[in-house]
Amino acid sequence: MATPVLDHPDLPRLKAAFPDVKFLASEYRGQTTVVVPADALHRVMRLLHDDPACNYDFLSDVTAADYLGYPSRTPGRFAVVYLLLSTNHGRRLTIKTYLDPSVDTLGNELDPALIVPSVTDIWPGAEWREREVFDMYGIQFRDHPDHRRILTWETYPAFPLRKDYPLRGRGERERYRVMPRDAR
Amino acid sequence: MGLEAALPVDNILTTQLNRVINWARRSAVWPMPFATACCGIELMATASSRFDLARFGAEVFRFSPRQADLLIVAGRVSIKMLPVLQRIYVQMTEPKWVISMGACASTGGVFDTYAVVQGIDQFIPVDVYVPGCPPRPEMLIEGVMAIQRIIDNENIPYDGDGKRLPLEVAVTPTYEPAAQPVDVTVGAS
Ligand code: SF4
Repeated sequence: MATPVLDHPDLPRLKAAFPDVKFLASEYRGQTTVVVPADALHRVMRLLHDDPACNYDFLSDVTAADYLGYPSRTPGRFAVVYLLLSTNHGRRLTIKTYLDPSVDTLGNELDPALIVPSVTDIWPGAEWREREVFDMYGIQFRDHPDHRRILTWETYPAFPLRKDYPLRGRGERERYRVMPRDAR
Repeated sequence: MGLEAALPVDNILTTQLNRVINWARRSAVWPMPFATACCGIELMATASSRFDLARFGAEVFRFSPRQADLLIVAGRVSIKMLPVLQRIYVQMTEPKWVISMGACASTGGVFDTYAVVQGIDQFIPVDVYVPGCPPRPEMLIEGVMAIQRIIDNENIPYDGDGKRLPLEVAVTPTYEPAAQPVDVTVGAS
């Protein structure tokens, strides 16, 4: 495996601006990923957006990953992933935050440990992306203006993209009233 | 119809009432397109000039279920969409027929996941299945013609085989999930 080339120009800036924060960085085929602790996430995002040298004015996507059963060790089970793009500098940067659940992940209880600050105040376009992450993984976003599920309905009994949720569901797709033609 | 040659001079033709009614129904099937995925594109092609569903009297696509008598379900139906499909089915006026077009509508197709209904016939009645992924327009036309053959065999009044009894069912899903707290804003003071 090739050693990562950590030459992304914003890495030293992040390091200088947050001497108290422990970053992890990796690189794969020219794409740099920075792992940020959840408690520093909002400050880091604010700097990446506001600092004219970074100027990440466009949030391409917010998504998440569940590393349950992942072959190598990860800093946490869930990762929230932010794909940033600076249209002025033509640079991309991926920010990741790892989270570990504190309650059983099979159900649909809201987990107080799975929460990150919302970035909707920095990039308003994050609103629906964060709702989707919440819907699929149950990761909550603090201070989100409209924190609801977006694809499944409000009372859906699980967060379906978690790896411990069966692909075929737990009967959600079967439990409807059958409508026979001769129903009376 | 080629009937003119058979007409006597005083222009009166005797036939059975149900033949006339079935002839009228089969010749003007108005489909309601429920196109939720790629099969819908083929459904549109079927109606366009190259394949010309109008040759079979079924070109008047109605986007209101009240004006349609053939529901063509073209594409996969997600569990969130199923109550909508059931409601549209109930809203269609009798008599009505249903074509399940494509692998997805009929069986769920390759989408064997939590979100996709594995065959709409589990939840609404289906008259004709059109296989394919997607079915060619010729195949869908054959499905419409199969509906016409079904119509030809209808009796008026209905012969009590349970086929055309009015529906009196509710459309609420029976789905009963565990309660989930839904806070609009998390952590805001
Ligand atoms: S049967 Fe094939 S073409 Fe039709 S909706 Fe499914 S995947 Fe698309």
